[in-house]
Amino acid sequence: MSTAQGYNFAYLDEQTKRMIRRAILKAVAIPGYQVPFGSREMPLPYGWGTGGIQVTAAILGPDDTLKVIDQGADDTTNAVNIRSFFQKTAGMATTDRTREASIIQTRHRIPETPLVEGQIMVYQVPIPEPLRWLEPREGETRKMHGLAEYGVMQVKLYEDIAHYGHISTAYDYPVRVNGRYVMSPSPIPKFDNPKMDNSPALQLFGAGREKRIYAIPPYTRVESLDFEDHPFQIESWDQACAICGSADSYLDEIVTDDKGGRMFVCSDTDYCGERVAAGHTGEEQAA
Amino acid sequence: MTETLLAGLADPTLDSQRVFRAALDALSRPGRAVDLPDVLPDGAPAPLMPATAALALALFDYETPVWLDPEADRLAVRDWLRFHCGCPLVADKAQARFAILAGPLDALDGFAAGSDAYPDHSATLLVQVAGLSEGAAHRLTGPGIELEETMQINGLPDDFAALWERNRGLFPRGIDLFLADGARLIGLPRTTRIERKEA
Repeated sequence: MSTAQGYNFAYLDEQTKRMIRRAILKAVAIPGYQVPFGSREMPLPYGWGTGGIQVTAAILGPDDTLKVIDQGADDTTNAVNIRSFFQKTAGMATTDRTREASIIQTRHRIPETPLVEGQIMVYQVPIPEPLRWLEPREGETRKMHGLAEYGVMQVKLYEDIAHYGHISTAYDYPVRVNGRYVMSPSPIPKFDNPKMDNSPALQLFGAGREKRIYAIPPYTRVESLDFEDHPFQIESWDQACAICGSADSYLDEIVTDDKGGRMFVCSDTDYCGERVAAGHTGEEQAA
Repeated sequence: MTETLLAGLADPTLDSQRVFRAALDALSRPGRAVDLPDVLPDGAPAPLMPATAALALALFDYETPVWLDPEADRLAVRDWLRFHCGCPLVADKAQARFAILAGPLDALDGFAAGSDAYPDHSATLLVQVAGLSEGAAHRLTGPGIELEETMQINGLPDDFAALWERNRGLFPRGIDLFLADGARLIGLPRTTRIERKEA
């Protein structure tokens, strides 16, 4: 194990880690409640996953295998940077494979491969407060959470239906955790919301700029807010993935030329690669 | 100080990480006993058990007022905690973020349960018991438990399920518990529903 000289293991000092660890334990005990914590300045700007990085730094050890994804891909800038940050500061073993990872730090996706017991998901969260766009005052939103007064969120969703005929929120779709706290799932597509429900993995959320940590323990009820006559629905596509042919994964639209050419491919690169390795093909491969 | 102080963690960074992960595992899977790594070169100061002492070293510091029950409140324990953790030791249990109970647990009252706005401003109790695999059986359900978990504890009061139900009824306020026996640990977050199983 080789780590950068002059830094503590995983960058953060021990007192900071203890403070974050205590916040994580309280977050697990109160599912969906945002625990304030003393977020530190990190060597990258807010918005690049400083909250997720601090959570990961506080939990990881030499026995862990770390996977980092950004919008489902392991090889995008944010994911590559964070992975190399932990390679450098903690000598971490890293992987692209969802199955091999013990900790998965993510920006805006949940892997398609089902998670298992013992795995920990760490979400990077920009705005942890689901009520913030409806009520800008922290004192008020805190009171609303304390009283479980979430009518304003239902009104917002209803106004969507009145205007558009359907709930137009496509990502960061609010959920209710264990029947109590309304929580932001971070800006994952609503396609991923059902994966949070009763997941065997522990899910931790870190918001660096907003200085909040929250959690969903394993096997915890997570419902997406909806109405009886407008039940929650996830996105679906007419196409299958052009590379692996998967018809049930979350697809990205890629523009391929300036003549209107485009293709749809899996957002989760590990899942797509695994399917290709297993012999699945899409129309792009077949052509 | 007349006796030699027992050592703290040999590797404060990696040992406290391993202890924390075990505690996190215990709290995310209520009722399931977790083995803590052996991180105490000299053992724990009596009457603390290795699990209690390891948690203290991993989680206590100057930000966490600690309350000791009369059984745990001994000079050797106080010196050891003050030296290794630097934590304030408080006489008023309502001020404590953590509490160590080495004697019988008779009530959960008096500890900070947080407020509706800040339910995290609540105490975590480290309760030492006589056994985590025999004794009165309890059925556990709630977050962290897929279907149900059976927990057998030796050394909790007979009316523990009722005490705990009162705590659970405070949600989102409430206290959280770690039960320790030797180097093993069970986590009980405030969300866990506990029913006494009739033999």
